[in-house]
Amino acid sequence: MLNMTALALAKAIRAKKLSVTEAVAEYIKQIEQTNPHLNTFLTVSKDTALARAQTIQAQIAAGEITSPLAGVPIALKDNISTLGIRTTCAAKMLENYVPVYNATVVDRLEQAGMIVIGKLNMDEFAMGGSSETGAYGTVRNPWDTERVAGGSSGGSAAAVAAGEVPLALGSDTGGSIRQPCAFCGVTGIKPTYGAVSRYGLVAYASSLDQVGSIGRTIDDCAAVLSLIAGPDDNDSTCVISKTFTFDTPLLERLAGFRIGLPRNYFAGGINADVAQAVLAAAKELAAAGAQVEEFDMPLMDYMVPAYYIIACAEASSNLSRYDGLKYGYRSPAAETLAEVYRLSRSEGFGLEVKRRIMLGSFVLSSGYYDAYYKKALQTRTLIKQAYDRLFERFDMILSPVAPTTAYKLGENVDDPLKMYMGDIYTVSVNLAGLPAVALPCGFDRQNLPIGFQLIGAAFSESKLVSAARTYQHRTSFHLQQPGGAWV
Amino acid sequence: MNWESVIGLEVHAELATQSKIFCGCSTAFGQEPNTQVCPVCAGMPGVLPRLNRTAVEYAVRVGLALNCTITRYSKFDRKNYFYPDLPKAYQVSQLYAPICRDGHLAVEVDGTTKIIGIREIHMEEDAGKLIHDAVSDNTLMDFSRCGVPLIEIVTQPDFHSAAEVRTFLMQLREILLYLGVCDCKMQEGSLRADINISVRPEGGELGVRTEMKNLNSFKAIGRAIEYETRRQIQLLESGKQVVQETRRWDDDAGVSYGMRSKESAPEYRYFPEPDLLPIYIDDQWLQSIVENLPEMAEAKRARYMRCWGISALEAATLTSHVYVAQLFEEVAALSRNPMEAAHLVAGEIMRLMNQTDTLPEDLAVDAKKLATLITLVSSAKINRNAYKEAVEAVFIDGVDPEEYIAQRGLRMVSDADAIAEAVAAVITEQRQAVADYRAGQHKALGFLIGQAMRKLQGKGNPALVRKAMLEALE
Ligand SMILES: [Zn+2]
Repeated sequence: MLNMTALALAKAIRAKKLSVTEAVAEYIKQIEQTNPHLNTFLTVSKDTALARAQTIQAQIAAGEITSPLAGVPIALKDNISTLGIRTTCAAKMLENYVPVYNATVVDRLEQAGMIVIGKLNMDEFAMGGSSETGAYGTVRNPWDTERVAGGSSGGSAAAVAAGEVPLALGSDTGGSIRQPCAFCGVTGIKPTYGAVSRYGLVAYASSLDQVGSIGRTIDDCAAVLSLIAGPDDNDSTCVISKTFTFDTPLLERLAGFRIGLPRNYFAGGINADVAQAVLAAAKELAAAGAQVEEFDMPLMDYMVPAYYIIACAEASSNLSRYDGLKYGYRSPAAETLAEVYRLSRSEGFGLEVKRRIMLGSFVLSSGYYDAYYKKALQTRTLIKQAYDRLFERFDMILSPVAPTTAYKLGENVDDPLKMYMGDIYTVSVNLAGLPAVALPCGFDRQNLPIGFQLIGAAFSESKLVSAARTYQHRTSFHLQQPGGAWV
Repeated sequence: MNWESVIGLEVHAELATQSKIFCGCSTAFGQEPNTQVCPVCAGMPGVLPRLNRTAVEYAVRVGLALNCTITRYSKFDRKNYFYPDLPKAYQVSQLYAPICRDGHLAVEVDGTTKIIGIREIHMEEDAGKLIHDAVSDNTLMDFSRCGVPLIEIVTQPDFHSAAEVRTFLMQLREILLYLGVCDCKMQEGSLRADINISVRPEGGELGVRTEMKNLNSFKAIGRAIEYETRRQIQLLESGKQVVQETRRWDDDAGVSYGMRSKESAPEYRYFPEPDLLPIYIDDQWLQSIVENLPEMAEAKRARYMRCWGISALEAATLTSHVYVAQLFEEVAALSRNPMEAAHLVAGEIMRLMNQTDTLPEDLAVDAKKLATLITLVSSAKINRNAYKEAVEAVFIDGVDPEEYIAQRGLRMVSDADAIAEAVAAVITEQRQAVADYRAGQHKALGFLIGQAMRKLQGKGNPALVRKAMLEALE
């Protein structure tokens, strides 16, 4: 059962070959076995999930829920607000924080009969690319537990890869869905900014954050996206009413698909195995009938700096609410108001979060705003315009997700700049608010997964999913499963 | 040397919308602490604001009334600072593209008209309130006020005296009240003003300014301006410098003291609010705001005169305050007798307000009760004296008019037998006056009627008494 896709599982449940309770229990059993090795889950909501399984089973039997994923368990990155279920953002600051409301995406999943079985580990407040910065330990890569799972949605990608859950939600601010998907050999969608409500997603960088799905196949991910996408009155930036049509038939041929390949992404710091596998993916799509054409991606040197300035600026403001007064960690040593602020934040936040808060505060302060923040906004506009022009020529852009495969635990933690450069291929997508899918496309010589991404124009998810479906139909990288002592 | 003070204002007005600016919570004042709070206004992790369009419309109304340019693409920014009453640790405000700009208001001071420039009006959210609990010696937080919509009206430094500031504020308050966008209760904090003030030798270069906060009444504003002007002049005359700083006014002590200097001014790290889209006010929206502007004083005056034939003098009195105009309109509608309602409100009610020092905003008299009295007097159920007495009782004690008239026996006697009896008795008793009347001295009639009324304890229906007397004399 743990090998089934989510859609197949739902189908088996509808066909009464399997009960919802059986499915939930089976996954929880797997989590209980493997989580001690992988540290993917921060909270397993076993009792509520099992109780809900019975309710959903009854509703499916009564024909009250007909969604294609009814009865399927899903786990959520722990920065997605769940009513009554602890939501920590992998931060000591929110160790005991239990939200009083559900994120819009959670309500939508539950309305569709999906069952939240737990909350997933991540980088603290989604800041990081290795799921090592959280306060509750490092997520381990199921393909090699001495390596990182990527981040910040490392728990989400690793849990799906390890068969702990068929589907997960992650969030992507600068690559946080796509990069762990690539590191763990699973599939993910980072939707267009504004396609999915952010209400209840604990903010890291508001103008970049987007919730998306992680699964074994593009069809599973697309099925979740159709449930969670759509306008939400509670999110002013999620207003455009676009319905995605993911249920189109499989395209045997990608005739008429124009795919751009950024030549300069394959020069310089990229690992040779990664470059080769990604170029092979381009060849595969070309073999399927797509027209693949090389081009030079402009502004490459400015993407990472612009991203970190904007993301950190917004983060410094978004994280100010954790002041030790209302909820979350308060330093026991604090006596005055100033101490409550200073000590609670000094003790409650981890190093990477503090680094980004300080960087963000700096670029917004008077005298530096124009030199940094304003320049970054201008750069962002240029990047958007560059993509606009590219999408006049191409339907999508094919690119690596990360320059390397999963690296060793601890390898980059002391070198933030090196870590930040790992985001080179992903951040411009967020700066421009574009959708992208990440798909497995091979393995390096150490048998670590490699991923590539297809980036589309805003709200072109349907087209990206079509191309991804054809790719996965022709390849089997996404069907490979990790093995190891933890299994 | 002749010194001149240069003063600018920052007026904060809480908008009287039903719900808060970024969530659905009520804005009602005076409820139990923390009862009007939701995850959004409490700044819980993951929440997002959603803009209340009515707040935008109210801000635009003020902009239109103050002759401003309305910003078609207006934006919100975050102003970041830590304080316990600010749950998100940033206030959503407008720095770079405020909703209204470049307006003015003409005010009349000592018979001359002065134009006060309005630099901008921006929208923002109010913060919560800190309450000191003396019992536990703790500071408690009340988040109910968090997210109440505010506008900040920033004037140019066009004032030179406390009197000008006071006149401007009074006029501004009337405008806000007429627009229906703010209840302007300074005691409750729904209207607050900060003052920027500097002094200079008359006509000279601008001096260093200070900003004064915590001004809770018009009186406090006047006193603070006078105090600060004096303080700055004294400093300069003794060869010292004015320090650019924020000062806090202590109205009880009648002094201000420095809160923070320019150097220690907080670094607000303003940047565009990413959670809200720019507000786009298109022609259609603007048009609908213009069309829905409430009737202002001038228009009301004209309508009272045109539709109801009310005199210019009375119309001016009735529109001197919006609450007086509201009372008048309610009484006019309920009594269906606008002319009588105008006489009542412009006359007796204004007299009673003066007599009892009642401010228009504290007018609590029940329009329904006044309308009842108008109906009674105009249908001759009570006479004018009883009417006046009952109006006063309604105004001061809030009595029920019907009960009051019954208890006091003020209802007019229209009973023909009772009147005939009184008239007959007068004719018997007042032989001389009767003879005078019959001899052609018609003024004796008044005396005779008065005597009959007296027998009826003043409650006789004047028309019936007069008629009966004339018949008896014939
Ligand atoms: Zn609220």
